[in-house]
Amino acid sequence: MSRPRVKLPKKAAAGEIITIKTLVNHKMESGQRKDKEGNTIPRLIINSFQCNFNGTPVFSCEIEPAVSANPFMEFTAKVPESGEFEFIWKDDNGDVLSTKKKITVA
Amino acid sequence: MLSRREFLQVGAAAGALLGSGGFSAPAFARQSVAQEDLLAFNPVGNVTLLHLTDLHAQLVPVYFREPAINLGVGEVAGLPPHITGEQFLSRFGLGPGGYDAYTMASVDFVSLAKTYGRVGGLDRIATLAKAIRAERPTQTLLLDGGDTWQGSYTALASKGADMVTAMNALGVDAMTAHWEFTYGTDRVEELIETMDFPFLAANVRDTDWEEPVFEAYQMFERNGVQIAVIGQAFPYTPIANPRYKIPTWSFGIRDKELQETVDEARTEGADLVVLLSHNGFDVDRKLARRVSGIDVILTGHTHDAIPEAIAVGETLLIASGSHGKFLSRLDLDVQGGKIRDYAYRLIPVLSDVIAPDPEMAAVIDGIRAPHQATLSRVLGRTDSLLYRRGNFNGTFDDLICDALLAERDSQIALSPGFRWGATLLPGQEITVDDVYNMTAITYPNAYRVEMTGETIKTVLEDVADNLFNPDPYYQQGGDMVRVGGLGYRIDVQEQIGSRISDMTLLGDGTPIDADKTYIVSGWASVNEGTEGPPIYDVVSQYIQKQGVVSLEPNDNVRIAGL
Amino acid sequence: MTKVTKREFLIVATGAAAAALVGTPNVALSAERVQARIDEFLGGQTAQEGGLTLEMPEIAENGNTVPLSVSVDGEASENRYVESLLVLADGNPEPGVATFHFTPMSGEQRAATRMRLAKTQNVVALAKMNDGAVMKAETLVKVTIGGCGG
Repeated sequence: MSRPRVKLPKKAAAGEIITIKTLVNHKMESGQRKDKEGNTIPRLIINSFQCNFNGTPVFSCEIEPAVSANPFMEFTAKVPESGEFEFIWKDDNGDVLSTKKKITVA
Repeated sequence: MLSRREFLQVGAAAGALLGSGGFSAPAFARQSVAQEDLLAFNPVGNVTLLHLTDLHAQLVPVYFREPAINLGVGEVAGLPPHITGEQFLSRFGLGPGGYDAYTMASVDFVSLAKTYGRVGGLDRIATLAKAIRAERPTQTLLLDGGDTWQGSYTALASKGADMVTAMNALGVDAMTAHWEFTYGTDRVEELIETMDFPFLAANVRDTDWEEPVFEAYQMFERNGVQIAVIGQAFPYTPIANPRYKIPTWSFGIRDKELQETVDEARTEGADLVVLLSHNGFDVDRKLARRVSGIDVILTGHTHDAIPEAIAVGETLLIASGSHGKFLSRLDLDVQGGKIRDYAYRLIPVLSDVIAPDPEMAAVIDGIRAPHQATLSRVLGRTDSLLYRRGNFNGTFDDLICDALLAERDSQIALSPGFRWGATLLPGQEITVDDVYNMTAITYPNAYRVEMTGETIKTVLEDVADNLFNPDPYYQQGGDMVRVGGLGYRIDVQEQIGSRISDMTLLGDGTPIDADKTYIVSGWASVNEGTEGPPIYDVVSQYIQKQGVVSLEPNDNVRIAGL
Repeated sequence: MTKVTKREFLIVATGAAAAALVGTPNVALSAERVQARIDEFLGGQTAQEGGLTLEMPEIAENGNTVPLSVSVDGEASENRYVESLLVLADGNPEPGVATFHFTPMSGEQRAATRMRLAKTQNVVALAKMNDGAVMKAETLVKVTIGGCGG
């Protein structure tokens, strides 16, 4: 799990709804594939994603193996005030990756 | 005194009497039809749209035979463009033997071709466009529906650059695209830089962020009317053509986004919204019911030539044929954001009747002269009419399949059901130019592989569903894959998996065995790394060996469910 | 000479190595599992048609990564928002795709991602509102060999 990327505007009006897009690198091993010896390759996927704004949940999801490698998520958020978005990805190994983005309400 | 139509009929009969003595009947065409006849139009309103589409890089006049079979299934059965031949002529009230009948239907094609001569030629189109612009200087918009950069030797040699030069010279106002993308991401971006007009495609997104790659629309002001032209590229480009050429671009029909674009254009002040589309006619007919606020759809991709505008709700659909055979003129009276009146003509570009525009003729000459020795090299002669269009087979495809079977030493040949490719008349010489007009693509390798009977059936079923799925949004707009060395029965009304039966290996008359392996050759594989000699070389070599080619009628595909 | 099996041909042809990535489904089993997930989500409720939109391409370009977008009419508020939105596919070995949770802060209640499709199949979306109301939408996505259009 690496390279979390987030796209959102730097500024917004109070109460404006903005679009947020995120990408993260992960091969999303489905647990359905077999290796050359015929052994099942164990599942290793990002199983959850969460977005909070100033500590309050905005959007989250549970992810299953059918989601493509390098998971993409797009959603919206209503921005009441200046603050910080936090984005958190977790995978089957218990690894956690997070990143933050500030937004200014003029 | 003869009416014009009667005169043309007499003319056609006389033309037929000229027999197979050659192709120098233009004198007759010139006597019976004048350039003014082709330009005759009672102007209407404040806007004129000129539409040219699916030129397939045909700079010089060609013959082009319309399909004799173009089936529609489900709710489009029996509707234009799914009527052909005599039925087509009677539906649109066209008498037999006239130039409209010659250009729009397949009836009496060979004799009418000898009467009326070749069609198209960008220098002839330039003459028509200039004349109409002179008549409607402040009202006219000239739009190119795409499939412009591909389909000829010079387009392939210049990677599309020749067509950008030519379309810049024609003074096109905007274009959209399909085969253009087969030159690959980098080349498309390079060529766009050299264009004098916008390249519009509302339905292309990047595969990382799902964001627009191209401009969706452009506003034009004509005679005080704000016109939004929205481009819609072929939605299934990465499926019908190699995705590896454009790996970071994603397409699709994208109704919802299109509705948003239409609404945005209206908000911006558009009085008239035009969709310059490469969806294909049936897809556009469905789209017109699902997306509101589009006044005109200039359709493309499926190469249909329909002499009337087809109204779907408040939307007018125009189908302007292909290969430079027609220029569409649509006059509109736009008042208060609505079309109040219109007049339409699908103008046949009879090359022997229209004086070539000298400037465009010079541009074309500049493009072709350096390659003239190659282009005009004669490979052989044909005794048969060679054409491609039609749902199931065409004689030129039979020739390609024969070439694949022989030159690639295979039991079965597969040739794609493209809709482009010019026609050759019986008795005509076959030149390198002609072969490229049928095969000029950027992924030309003629492969030779083993496939099981089951795989071959899966291929046929899959392609049949792309053509005969009752929901147009699941169609891709090509014709059925052509086969050599193989016979089969198809029921067009069945579901995927059940349309194809009675598959027979023609070599020995045995039924195709699902588990048995067959040697199959083909071309235009969308898979990266496909190996084999280029198809144009394979076909050229085969024609040279034959000297004279002669094709028997092909009854190896039996069609049910009509 | 290259020998191409049906499986390889389809995979190569579609570019859809998805079949390899997610495995080949057992049809009867996956239909049962989809129904089980739907029943669990509904909890005895009846799903309404309308109000929920599921958008996917009619034909997949690449079975490995097919865009998917869901939306529920109306802006999220304290009084009305989508608690859970479940996406299922009936032709993959495992039916689940993702479950989205919105909040009153979500603004428009829409989400988009990209998913794997092993073959032509139906994708189903179910949305449960904070008041327990349930909506359903479904679409067919075709996974095809392609290569002959034009």
